[in-house]
Amino acid sequence: MKKKATYARKLKRATHLLFYRRHKKPGVKGWELRKRLGSDYPKVLGILDSYLENLDLQVKTVFEEEPTVEKPTLEQLDRARFYIVLRGGLTPKESKMMGWRIDDIAGLITTISYIVSKKGRAPREEIEKLLRDKLPGWRVDINMNRYIKSGYLAEDENKQLYLDWRTRAEIDQKLLVELLLGTESQKITS
Amino acid sequence: MSTKRQKKKLGTEHLQRVIDLCKSVEDKGLDPFVVDVDDIIRVVREYFPEWESPEELCLDAEAVHELASLIKLQSDWVKHRSTSLYTDPFLLEEKIKKMSKVELANLFLKIWHPLIELEQISPNSLLEAIKYWQNLLPLNERWLKNAPPEIETGTATREELLEQRILAEKAFSMQLEAFWEELKQKTGKDGKIQYWDFIGADTYEETINRAYMTSFLVTYGYATLEVHRLEEEMFIKPYEKPVSFLGKKQSISIPVSISVDEWARWKRGEQS
Repeated sequence: MKKKATYARKLKRATHLLFYRRHKKPGVKGWELRKRLGSDYPKVLGILDSYLENLDLQVKTVFEEEPTVEKPTLEQLDRARFYIVLRGGLTPKESKMMGWRIDDIAGLITTISYIVSKKGRAPREEIEKLLRDKLPGWRVDINMNRYIKSGYLAEDENKQLYLDWRTRAEIDQKLLVELLLGTESQKITS
Repeated sequence: MSTKRQKKKLGTEHLQRVIDLCKSVEDKGLDPFVVDVDDIIRVVREYFPEWESPEELCLDAEAVHELASLIKLQSDWVKHRSTSLYTDPFLLEEKIKKMSKVELANLFLKIWHPLIELEQISPNSLLEAIKYWQNLLPLNERWLKNAPPEIETGTATREELLEQRILAEKAFSMQLEAFWEELKQKTGKDGKIQYWDFIGADTYEETINRAYMTSFLVTYGYATLEVHRLEEEMFIKPYEKPVSFLGKKQSISIPVSISVDEWARWKRGEQS
């Protein structure tokens, strides 16, 4: 009974930590969760995740320094960042709540998939050239800066673009490649 | 001999080119397999026996280091190709070009799981904010407290500025000339005077000031110091005309301690 009460308390604390932004970037680092919830925080997150499933939400683990790990160690979890994300996808109608134009979304997905295909790094000039094929030039530059500001992309001093923290947290890169290459465009819209 | 030098020069150029090539592949994200590693190793090996100086060996080490980075890039490239994330960029570009904006946006919605984050004010933070606001002074009071004291502008006489030592009574060069004349008058037949007898004055402050001026007399060639180490005596000798030692001989510095005790001792000796 006492154990149940302890976990109920930890669940509440984990919910507060994960749902409310406490730093400049959303999400909580593993070591921070360990400090606030105890060393069994992965178990607490597991319980929270199963609660959230009914609400179509999930606890997402993002390993920032290493690719996705199947069975992470405690050290790897401590270094990872945890977020609450939508478990399923959004319908086109719902996408309006994002507040972005369809041009902006299409530009973003094009940019991300191109960078993924280039092993996570591509020159800004190349991407802008690709986007100019379908978007007016003035809009391309504005959009690119917007993607960077929102945390989807990062740019270095050599004008190389990388995928940033928000892409790692929100975008299923594996599914993106599968959908792009394995499915005809007709199927994507269906 | 000249053939060896030529070979060294050629080798240095080759190594520099290797370093630049490897760096540009890494910086620009080019395909690392465009570089023929075997060929580079052959170049590095060919010139290695020629290197002697530390600079040459450092250049060789840098080339090997850059080559190792390039091989790591090749290894990463192979690893990436073997993963499910690998896509041929050209194929992908074609696919993207064929898709409409709506199709692309729909695809995005399938792979996008937006973050959930909330910002909400809590009763506790409201309470804290109210407390803070109650204790916060109005701006005009805060600014009044921190504002620097206002001082009215006015006029100052030359005498007041001299008193505050903002202005000097005479130009420094004139002061120095007058001091030099005084030294010449005070020296005896042997043309020199004990250092302390010259700089010593009724007050410690004035003594310091005279020692300071004396140091300029010596530095600018108006006088010289004669040090008798065994007798622990120091004399100052004025020149008839200022002498310039610039570039003629190496100048040396002689530190002279003028503490209050020493000044007091000198004063007691003078009185006695």
